[in-house]
Amino acid sequence: MSQPLNLPRWIDIGLLPLWNLAIALLAAGLVVRGIGQDPLHAFGAMLQGALGSVRGIGYTLYYTTSFIFTGLAVAVAFHGGLFNIGGEGQATLGGLGVALTALAFPQLPAPVLLPMLVIAAALFGMAWALVPAWLQAWRGSHIVITTIMFNFLGASLNVYLLVNWLRPIGDMAVESADFSDAARMPALHELAARFGLELPSSPLNLSFVLALAACVFVWWFLWKSGAGYKLRAVGSSPRAAHYAGIAPRYQILLAMALSGALAGLVGVNEISGVQGKLTLDFVAGAGFTGIAVALMGRNHPIGIVLASLLFGVLYQGGAEVSFDIPDFSREMVVTAQGLIVLFAGAMAMVSAPLFARLYARFKRHG
Amino acid sequence: MDELLIGSLVASTLRLSTPLLLCALAGLVSERSGVVDLSLEGKMLSAAFAAGAVGAVTHSAMLGIAAAVIVACLISLVHGFACVTHRGDQVVSGVAINMVAAGLTVVLGRSWFQQGGQTPPVDEAVRLRGLWARFAEPTAGDWIGSIFGHGLLSHDVLVYVAFALVGGVWFLLERTRPGLRLRAVGENPAMVDAAGLSVPLLRYFALMINGLLCGLAGSYLVLAQNASFSPNMTAGRGYIALAAMIFGKWRPVPTMLACLLFGFLDAASIRLQGAALPAVLGGGEVPVQLIQALPYLLTVVLLAGFIGQAHPPKALGLPYVKER
Repeated sequence: MSQPLNLPRWIDIGLLPLWNLAIALLAAGLVVRGIGQDPLHAFGAMLQGALGSVRGIGYTLYYTTSFIFTGLAVAVAFHGGLFNIGGEGQATLGGLGVALTALAFPQLPAPVLLPMLVIAAALFGMAWALVPAWLQAWRGSHIVITTIMFNFLGASLNVYLLVNWLRPIGDMAVESADFSDAARMPALHELAARFGLELPSSPLNLSFVLALAACVFVWWFLWKSGAGYKLRAVGSSPRAAHYAGIAPRYQILLAMALSGALAGLVGVNEISGVQGKLTLDFVAGAGFTGIAVALMGRNHPIGIVLASLLFGVLYQGGAEVSFDIPDFSREMVVTAQGLIVLFAGAMAMVSAPLFARLYARFKRHG
Repeated sequence: MDELLIGSLVASTLRLSTPLLLCALAGLVSERSGVVDLSLEGKMLSAAFAAGAVGAVTHSAMLGIAAAVIVACLISLVHGFACVTHRGDQVVSGVAINMVAAGLTVVLGRSWFQQGGQTPPVDEAVRLRGLWARFAEPTAGDWIGSIFGHGLLSHDVLVYVAFALVGGVWFLLERTRPGLRLRAVGENPAMVDAAGLSVPLLRYFALMINGLLCGLAGSYLVLAQNASFSPNMTAGRGYIALAAMIFGKWRPVPTMLACLLFGFLDAASIRLQGAALPAVLGGGEVPVQLIQALPYLLTVVLLAGFIGQAHPPKALGLPYVKER
């Protein structure tokens, strides 16, 4: 910025993102209008489908869970000065870790197996992020490109293992064998039933609690721990941090390790929580949604939870609306998500000068 | 038998390389001017949709290509508006464009044509045909006819245009004044600015060439390779093109060689589906996924500096701020 804009904090982190979100939703509304549907009707049906019933809320929070993991992953890397586009691949590897562990220890009881699955998901995601991190830190290759390549490599690895090794012999579907019951992350409606509470069934499972715990951990790590301070120091100014005795290379490794581990936990939600077996393409774009979530949430855990809820509502609501309006499909949600990334991310500062001028005028008169 | 195999392998390598090459050249021009372009995939997909939709409705290949180029150029303008004019994050903008393209092409396609996102196939007459029809199939026993005729001369005009454009882009960048300025703005924009030239204007110029090339790539997918647009038909080719551009170290001729290599891997993996490995390698099925993943793997190895260093343009990804 050649001219630093004089904006108060509430405009910068409150009004401006909401304004950009409004423009993005307006653009999405125009698209809905363009295909001959009523945007307000679609929007209402969307909110109704996502939040209007207990079952709908369950689905919304299930989507939210995955988005919190990938959003946190992007945010942690961002605080270390890195753009991790590899959430998709790291999440795929996380699911692979869950599947291999679950299939290797079918006889273990749930209290032992479930923590192992979580750790396996985190470790596999971490490993997939560490290679690009090492290449960035020691070989100078750009992390954006390498993480993109690792998305494709992760997807290919998943297909290869499923087709050639994990698919039960004679099965046509490209899926692994079903896990033992102990390897299933308990669904919330099942837990509630144990306490005599009747909830409609939804894919929402205990991973949601894990996601919230991850938020608290990331907040503590980044802003309350010495290690997080170093990581943020490298992220905001690698040279100054180096001068202060922090080796940037190890911080890059740390940031990506944590980022990959968080993305890997998507595997717990999808594979252990919902599918109960390893499938193809189970990440379904959640890694990319994480970029949108982190942008909207301003890389802060609280913002990320709110943004994940927003995208959870979009995904669940969009799925419901598509039953109602045939032309309204999952792709409409992808379009809206892209528009949000465009207006609230890439064009985030387009309206900033306007707000700065308005604010300056307001202050002079008021 | 072998001449048939080699001939058709050469032919399909060239055909599969063409969209990669057009896209990789598009990325190359943009990145040499200092603008990161991750949106090759999205532009190619949108262009393919435009070509398919307009080609099917107007029954004209020229109008289809024109629509594809216009759409791709408009997307380039959006990218430029976000990243050059307003100095937004180039990576974020690229990701956003890819998402919007993946969604919007299907939304509009469903609504306009009611075929689940597909466009109706374009007329046979609209499709781009091989220039020399007598080489359309390789002939057994005729080595020259199969390999040179079918392999090299059986293609439609866009294939030859794509390979001619390698020379065109090279000439533009290395031998013309705008090309020199375009490269300078990617290495040291402050110097270009000091010389009295507009940095944004040069970057927009690069982005327009980028749009033109992406438009041709998208047209090729619909008018030559397939007969209609189908959802997500680019299937990651935009990213492979990006990888080819990096593999070619941001230079036209090496980029072409990388595209040919990746095109060959693609052609070979289609042919080797279900084939058995030679006994030396332990028999068993050829791991097709490995061959398909090779472009990405090779690019990572290159980026790691194990196949010579790749030096991106110095000002790549940095928005230019004019000092006051």
